[in-house]
Amino acid sequence: MNKAFPIIIVLIGLLIVWYAAAIGMNAQWQNDVYRRAGTTDVPMTQFVQDTWNQEKPVLPTMHQVMGELWNTTVLVAPNKPRSLLFHAWVTFSATALGFLMGSVLGIALAVLIVHSEAMNRSLMPWIVASQTIPILALAPLIVVIGFNIFTGTLGIPTDPARLMSKAIISAYLSFFPVAVGMVKGLRSPEAIQLDLMHTYNASPSQTFWKLRWPASVPYLFTSLKVGVAASLVGAIVGELPTGAVAGLGARLLAGSYYSQTVQIWSALFAASILAAILVISVGLVEKLVARQMGARPA
Amino acid sequence: MLLSVTTASSAAIEDKGPLPATVVSAADLSLTFATNDGPVHALSNVNLSIGKGEFVSFIGPSGCGKTTFLRTIADLEQPTSGTLLINGMTPRQAREKRAYGYVFQAPALYPWRTIEKNVALPLEIMGYSAAEQAERIKRTMDLVNLSGFEKKYPWQLSGGMQQRASIARALAFDADLLLMDEPFGALDEIVRDHLNSELLKLWARTQKTICFVTHSIPEAVYLSTKIVVMSPRPGRVTDVIESTLPAERPLDIRETPEFLAIAARVRDGLRAGHSYEEHA
Repeated sequence: MNKAFPIIIVLIGLLIVWYAAAIGMNAQWQNDVYRRAGTTDVPMTQFVQDTWNQEKPVLPTMHQVMGELWNTTVLVAPNKPRSLLFHAWVTFSATALGFLMGSVLGIALAVLIVHSEAMNRSLMPWIVASQTIPILALAPLIVVIGFNIFTGTLGIPTDPARLMSKAIISAYLSFFPVAVGMVKGLRSPEAIQLDLMHTYNASPSQTFWKLRWPASVPYLFTSLKVGVAASLVGAIVGELPTGAVAGLGARLLAGSYYSQTVQIWSALFAASILAAILVISVGLVEKLVARQMGARPA
Repeated sequence: MLLSVTTASSAAIEDKGPLPATVVSAADLSLTFATNDGPVHALSNVNLSIGKGEFVSFIGPSGCGKTTFLRTIADLEQPTSGTLLINGMTPRQAREKRAYGYVFQAPALYPWRTIEKNVALPLEIMGYSAAEQAERIKRTMDLVNLSGFEKKYPWQLSGGMQQRASIARALAFDADLLLMDEPFGALDEIVRDHLNSELLKLWARTQKTICFVTHSIPEAVYLSTKIVVMSPRPGRVTDVIESTLPAERPLDIRETPEFLAIAARVRDGLRAGHSYEEHA
């Protein structure tokens, strides 16, 4: 209760601002509707209610978005293209695959960098530089070129090829926080902890598995939480420029083509709910692992 | 005076090489660190030999090279010149043979391992069988009076218990030489007294050779059969005192005239090192 209270207060504040803004932003269209219908002397309460329930409002209201979410998840079979769950699943599978690829790549790079000064000097600047390229500029290239290579040269069917090219963008965004966090984590053991291994004449692989790796686990999970959110962004961005017909990104784009603002907002909400589920899941795994590793309860 | 006195120079080893009973022998050992402020002479022409079964304390102010000497024995630092032999081997060979256990200033327990798993760490690395590991864990945990705390994590133990666990870890693989770098420096006086007398009992039971670095004169005199007094800039040995205290040492031995005489000599040696520094 003590935790929820401040959050609820902010939520109420947001809702008030939201509904007030909806009146202002939808007023002009509502007035046009009244003028065309020849309606005059609309009472204020009627006017407000009408601005909150337009079919294509400039700013849809909370209950409209929630209604749309309900209609496109619970009331539709999840295998139909009208179902948001279907689109969320498409985006999630690209996110998960990209997250997996990005995490493995990030950890592998960190291991190389920590164990070799040459790698540290040659790779690190490129890793940082890779993130300075705007992903929006890069995504169409990766999706188009990747898709063509996968379907043409490698002869992969279109669906897995589309999934792979989106996953590559996810991986591109998520490997960076994992690599940077893991470099820090693998270097986190104190000097005496490393000296101890030296006095045992431990091999580099023993030092890695018995010291560096477990010491890096808290850093790993912090990075994974950032990485999984970045993966979702990558998957959605990968769905935007390619005329994809499935996925939350495709829903966003289709909604904007046809001025379906309620659809855009519900896709937006679906994306943030998915992001929250992903980050919370990583957090849960983190808690389980921490308990397994004997961490002091917080 | 009951003290038998040897000076640093008389402790130098002969050219014939170390005697069989010599565990550590240093001849003209020097170590210079290159720093941005110029070279730092951490060790300068140290000559010393430590016999099997001795309890040797190294005492001196900060920067006198006592920790550096210990780390050089452990092959954690490389000497600039001179020779250092451990059981007749180079420090590197000795380390590869796992000839010593090292206890650091901090317990350095791995927080994700239980106490028994921490004690098992060197055993895992050295490839002992599971049965052998269990047997050794039990034996060393008994030795440091930590039985019953096997499944606890380090944060659940007090500082003194953590340091005892780290001693158990150093004892687990039965190296004959135990190197201890101010192991009780961070503990309060009462815990320190207690651990000191426990350490003496442990030493008597295991017959190990112990090299012990400390800041504390009473601790050095209470524990040692030999006290090496060192002074800084350059780090060197100024006095080596053979203790005449009996092997059996209750805590109140620290009030006897014999004890106080040795302590006074240690203090004199430390003061001499300081006056040198002021005149230099």
